[in-house]
Amino acid sequence: MSRSNASAHGAGGGHRGHGSLKSYTIGFLLSIVLTIIPLVVVLNGMMGRTATIVLIMAMAVLQFVVQLVFFMHLKEEDSPRWNLMALILGLVIVLTIVAGSIWIMTYNQVAH
Amino acid sequence: MKTFGFWIFLITDCILFATLFATYIVLRGNTNGGPTPEELFQMPGIIAETFILLTSSFTSGLAVLAMNRGDKKGLIGWLAVTALLGISFVTLEIIEFVHMVHEGATMQTSAFLSGFYTLVGTHGLHVSLGLVWMIGLIMQLSRRGITPVTERKVNVLSLYWHFLDVVWIFVFTVVYLMGVM
Repeated sequence: MSRSNASAHGAGGGHRGHGSLKSYTIGFLLSIVLTIIPLVVVLNGMMGRTATIVLIMAMAVLQFVVQLVFFMHLKEEDSPRWNLMALILGLVIVLTIVAGSIWIMTYNQVAH
Repeated sequence: MKTFGFWIFLITDCILFATLFATYIVLRGNTNGGPTPEELFQMPGIIAETFILLTSSFTSGLAVLAMNRGDKKGLIGWLAVTALLGISFVTLEIIEFVHMVHEGATMQTSAFLSGFYTLVGTHGLHVSLGLVWMIGLIMQLSRRGITPVTERKVNVLSLYWHFLDVVWIFVFTVVYLMGVM
């Protein structure tokens, strides 16, 4: 660890020699579980349409968080947490684009 | 600072994919009499692609761990494993696309398929570019070893690779799982 700390690149690094085999393995196992659950539910048609959509989206978001925490080491960033702030700004834009498009086009009578 | 710059790039790439996801979701029902998602998607191949990319995200993490130990052989080895998994992923995706085109489901068939090929194809292109980058970096590492510069490059590349896995999770969920529901 000492040599990687010696080559830290200042503010906003957020990814410099953090992480251990344990954290990567936990992240990997969690990702596999979070992939298998929606797969089993969808392929066996175990739930209603709305419940399935909510469940598989929840699993995808959880897996996103798992990758951010265990693989991309977002939690281990030094403050000020520029990476986190940039990510939140990005997610606000992403949600606005996706949810806004769906909302507008659902009520777009011209297209139907 | 350069790592933060790359992080900003990843966020803008997120926004690029958001527009493609929004387009796909809006156009998903417009099949124009052509094949629907249920008829088209072959889940075994998709499931294999998903686990291959997931594993490659893990092995790129193992490459970073090897680098942090100062283990050049381990670093290059795990990067090579990651690249091989990435190549398998792209190969499976190309086979899937070729199969679909042979069934008459081309990009011009319907709005659904235009959105589908643009979204999934853009992700596949990202993975392919990542592979070129990874092979180039393996060559540089074997010549120069682990220096502060190559170390930063490996960190940034592994961030990129994890990001591609995150995007694929949403492609898998929104396109494929919701398609065959």
